[in-house]
Amino acid sequence: MSTIIEISYLFSSVLFILGIKNLSSPKTARRGNFFAAVGMLIAIVVTLLDRHVLTFEWIIIGGLIGSVIGAILAQKTAMTGMPQMVGMLNGFGGGASALVALSEFLKLDGSVPVHTGIAIIASLLIGGVTFTGSMIAFGKLQGIVTGKVVKYPGQHWINLAMLILVVAAGAFVVVNPTELSLTLSIVFVALVLGVTLVLPIGGADMPVAISLLNSYSGIAGATTGFVLQNNELIIAGSLVGASGIILTNIMCKAMNRSLMNVVLGGWESAGTVGSAAETSHKGQIKSVDQEELAMIFDVANSVVIVPGYGMAVAQAQHAVRDLVNALENKGKNVRFAIHPVAGRMPGHMNVLLAEAQISYDKMLAMEDINDDFPNTDIALIIGANDVVNPAARHDKASPIYGMPILNVDYAKTVVINKRSLNVGYAGIDNELFFYPNALMYFGDAKDAISKLTHEVKNL
Amino acid sequence: MESVGLMMLIYVFVLAIFVGFELISKVPPILHTPLMSGSNAISGITVIGAILASGAEEFTLSTILGTIAVAFAMINVVGGFLVTDRMLKMFKKK
Repeated sequence: MSTIIEISYLFSSVLFILGIKNLSSPKTARRGNFFAAVGMLIAIVVTLLDRHVLTFEWIIIGGLIGSVIGAILAQKTAMTGMPQMVGMLNGFGGGASALVALSEFLKLDGSVPVHTGIAIIASLLIGGVTFTGSMIAFGKLQGIVTGKVVKYPGQHWINLAMLILVVAAGAFVVVNPTELSLTLSIVFVALVLGVTLVLPIGGADMPVAISLLNSYSGIAGATTGFVLQNNELIIAGSLVGASGIILTNIMCKAMNRSLMNVVLGGWESAGTVGSAAETSHKGQIKSVDQEELAMIFDVANSVVIVPGYGMAVAQAQHAVRDLVNALENKGKNVRFAIHPVAGRMPGHMNVLLAEAQISYDKMLAMEDINDDFPNTDIALIIGANDVVNPAARHDKASPIYGMPILNVDYAKTVVINKRSLNVGYAGIDNELFFYPNALMYFGDAKDAISKLTHEVKNL
Repeated sequence: MESVGLMMLIYVFVLAIFVGFELISKVPPILHTPLMSGSNAISGITVIGAILASGAEEFTLSTILGTIAVAFAMINVVGGFLVTDRMLKMFKKK
């Protein structure tokens, strides 16, 4: 029997790998997700047949509660709320791993191999941090917890002290595995640490935080695999851990910031440098209304739309789709340029555009579209700011200097749809607004784009 | 046996990380959100540990923790796979 279980776990692991492999193309991605789900089903069914599983009522109760909550969340969550959903799922994954490790600890009868002890402590620490950290990330994205960078004196030292405390206490527990109260205090400190680590991270840095917590939830699973000596947990956990690390890396590179800088909280010098930059350009801002803008669009051939978090906030993706259709009916080439950190999680904009039934071959990544801007008649920016600020290319004093940006200013005309002239997340003025080829189109994204569409159709 | 067993686990761990890096670096940016939610669902594999913990014969604190872990992990598994499918079926090419 145990051989059958082992082979099934292997088969299930292969399905996970095939599942992720199929995510390499939108054509096969849905099949990939199905493979992974089948792999999970197999793993669950054979585990129920394990000779160590003797009673089923609690498994059924827990399983039913979790499945119902999961199914409801999956159905009810709006596409704009996907970052919160993923944030919460990260937390439950990490929490489950920590609970399993704690449960294993309680089963110990005094003697434990050192590596198992280390794995239990690591799982409790990483799982605990992931659980509360993800809940704070969820709160920030949902607007329950402040999205601002939270700072208080000595916060990094306090975090460091807590980490050292956990490691020291952990080492003691590994040697003396009967120390229940000490183990529980490790769990407690890990939970506090999750809060204090994520709280300082600002709202626009959430793509990094979510990716990092994603990798933690995987690593927590892998360490639990070491506790249970289960290869499948190790494989699946490593896959997820690797995924989170890669995404974290991509996000950091796209902001030209180190992981430490993000984790320690925000653009530290934004305030002072921003005010210095402000005085440097006092050009004229040109503002247009929807009628003028429709005429400009009428003579354009190629249009590139740059969506940002503002589009998500205004729920404007369907209005944007209508504009795209209206422009395409007039024979214009319309594409989307998507910056890696646009939105609140990796790929956030793509999901919103897909929801609005925009064909995925029109969504281009930064490196695929950037050389095309000089041949573009209109770059239309909807709710994005820092990712199109040309200061990142040349202004060494700017806090975003060196960050890769979309070169929208190379287009013949740049149209910026914004609610007001307010600064972006980095807290700095955008010199793009003062460029001779820039036009400001003020208004709420959904409302302004709908009006523009109406005018375009009437021409 | 003990050290051989541990070594095997470490082998699997290291190789799986390499496989993970290879596979995930091939996922295009447009699918990064479904990648996160889908990989989240996969990390719900902890459920097998949770089942072993909550299915033990005598009812102890361990059983309670296991049961909560089953519920947490199943939120991850069911929620993750369903929401990923919901997203992926929207990605169409016209």
